Amino acid sequence: MFHRRADALFTVVTRTAGAVSGGVLLVLAAVIAWHALAALGDPGLSALLGTRWQPSSGHYGVAPLVFGTLAVAALTLLIAVVGGAAAGLAVGWLLPARVATGLRLLLLIAAGIPSVVWGLWGLTTLVPLIGRWAPPGTSWLSASLVLAALLLPTVAVSVDSSLRAVPASARQAVAATGLSPWAGLAAIGLRPLRHGLVVGSTLALARALGETMVILLVAGNVAQFPRGLGDPLRTLTGAIALEMGYASGAHLAALFALGAIALAVVVAILVLAQCLGGDREVVLA
Amino acid sequence: MRALLLALGLGLFLLPAAERITLTGSSTVAPLAAEIARRFEAAHPDVRIDVQTGGSSRGIADVRAGRADIGMASRAVRPGEEDLIAHTIAIDGVAVIVHRDQTVRDLSREQVIGIFTGAITAWPMVGGSGDVPLVINKAEGRATLEVFCDYFGLKPAHIQARSVVGDNAHGIKTVAAHRDTIGYVSIGPAETAVADGVAIRMLGLDGITPSTETLRNGVWPVSRPLNLIITTTTTPSPTVAAFLAFARSPAVDDLIADLGYVPPPR
Repeated sequence: MFHRRADALFTVVTRTAGAVSGGVLLVLAAVIAWHALAALGDPGLSALLGTRWQPSSGHYGVAPLVFGTLAVAALTLLIAVVGGAAAGLAVGWLLPARVATGLRLLLLIAAGIPSVVWGLWGLTTLVPLIGRWAPPGTSWLSASLVLAALLLPTVAVSVDSSLRAVPASARQAVAATGLSPWAGLAAIGLRPLRHGLVVGSTLALARALGETMVILLVAGNVAQFPRGLGDPLRTLTGAIALEMGYASGAHLAALFALGAIALAVVVAILVLAQCLGGDREVVLA
Repeated sequence: MRALLLALGLGLFLLPAAERITLTGSSTVAPLAAEIARRFEAAHPDVRIDVQTGGSSRGIADVRAGRADIGMASRAVRPGEEDLIAHTIAIDGVAVIVHRDQTVRDLSREQVIGIFTGAITAWPMVGGSGDVPLVINKAEGRATLEVFCDYFGLKPAHIQARSVVGDNAHGIKTVAAHRDTIGYVSIGPAETAVADGVAIRMLGLDGITPSTETLRNGVWPVSRPLNLIITTTTTPSPTVAAFLAFARSPAVDDLIADLGYVPPPR
């Protein structure tokens, strides 16, 4: 069936790798779900549905944490998508090639900065600045700004690479008709732009929902419903990271429930993004 | 053949070692005990040491029932527990910290309680500088929070936090980020941060200055001993006795400091 043994081997290796990674994910989800089920017994479903998270007083309401996760992700995505689209358009379409190459390199480097570096920068530089307006500065806004700085390059690189996939001959033909770059974009660039935005923002959203350390350092982590951008909030992953080392019994079960909820939120939003995106290729991203 | 060898290797790995020591109890003591155990095992390859957490009460119950060779407890032995012998391996002390630019140098116990419960709403009310005191609290379950609450008679729910932090380094950086903050961390890391020029300051409490020195000689009150517990009714095996002696020797001082604790007087 195969022309070469190498092809057969390659197929086996890739299929095995795919099956193993898929299997590991399923096992992970199953283990988390199994431990989370214990939380339905103690502290119990009605406790989980409460609105206060104070484990030492027996309050295990997940609502403020779910709200915190969604609030940080929403504001982050807004900033990262607007900024990332602008940067991607500039580099991939509007700027002359020589300038664009340099900027593209900067974006790729920025996309590779480890997240904890952003977190420390946020805590030592951004938080004191925000603190002048909303002391002490660890807040919803700080968390979303740092996270957006982390994710903006990802969106920009995605938009840029989609735009650059437009054949040079097509761009030259459009330019030859005398259309401005903007009009040219409207003529042949909108589909790739949309594709790049959907792929980039889906990746950014998944990361924003799951990111832990950066948010932990700058969000203030008070388990409450923030009344404004300057108020602290706590995310699902933040609560797990803060309390896992010391939890036992009902508290531990509740933390696994938080993990299961975080997983469910990520899966639900990614599925939703794929349905809305409507673009088949997004499935591969 | 390969499978057989693999099975043999696994079997050897799983076979009980010549001697096994089991420690159970406090999750505050456990990380330190585990590090000490690792170093002890390196010097004694025939000994395996098992460290399990479950709280100080479980550690004491297990060692009484003989389910553990050594119990771990993050509290002193109480009156009525004369059947227990405590070997203190480290002292966990907590100091209140503020930003370096804060002008107040010392607070009373009542003032600290007032600030952390939100009753004191301005720094000048306690002779300090700045506006509203910004309380930086530790996450629930953290040992430092327990020591703090025990001494000041507070419950975690009473504390009106503006920011919640995880480990000591996180707490120190957050306090250093704003001039109106107040928080608390283990004394060891706070002393190191001050020496490194981080913008924080440790506050005196009722006239007592926090330092590893005042903590070690028992003058600093916001502290607790980290104990390894055995009973008077059973004689420890030579290996257990050797481990207890090792855990109380200067050979583990660096491990104690790494976790933010202070070696006990020896």
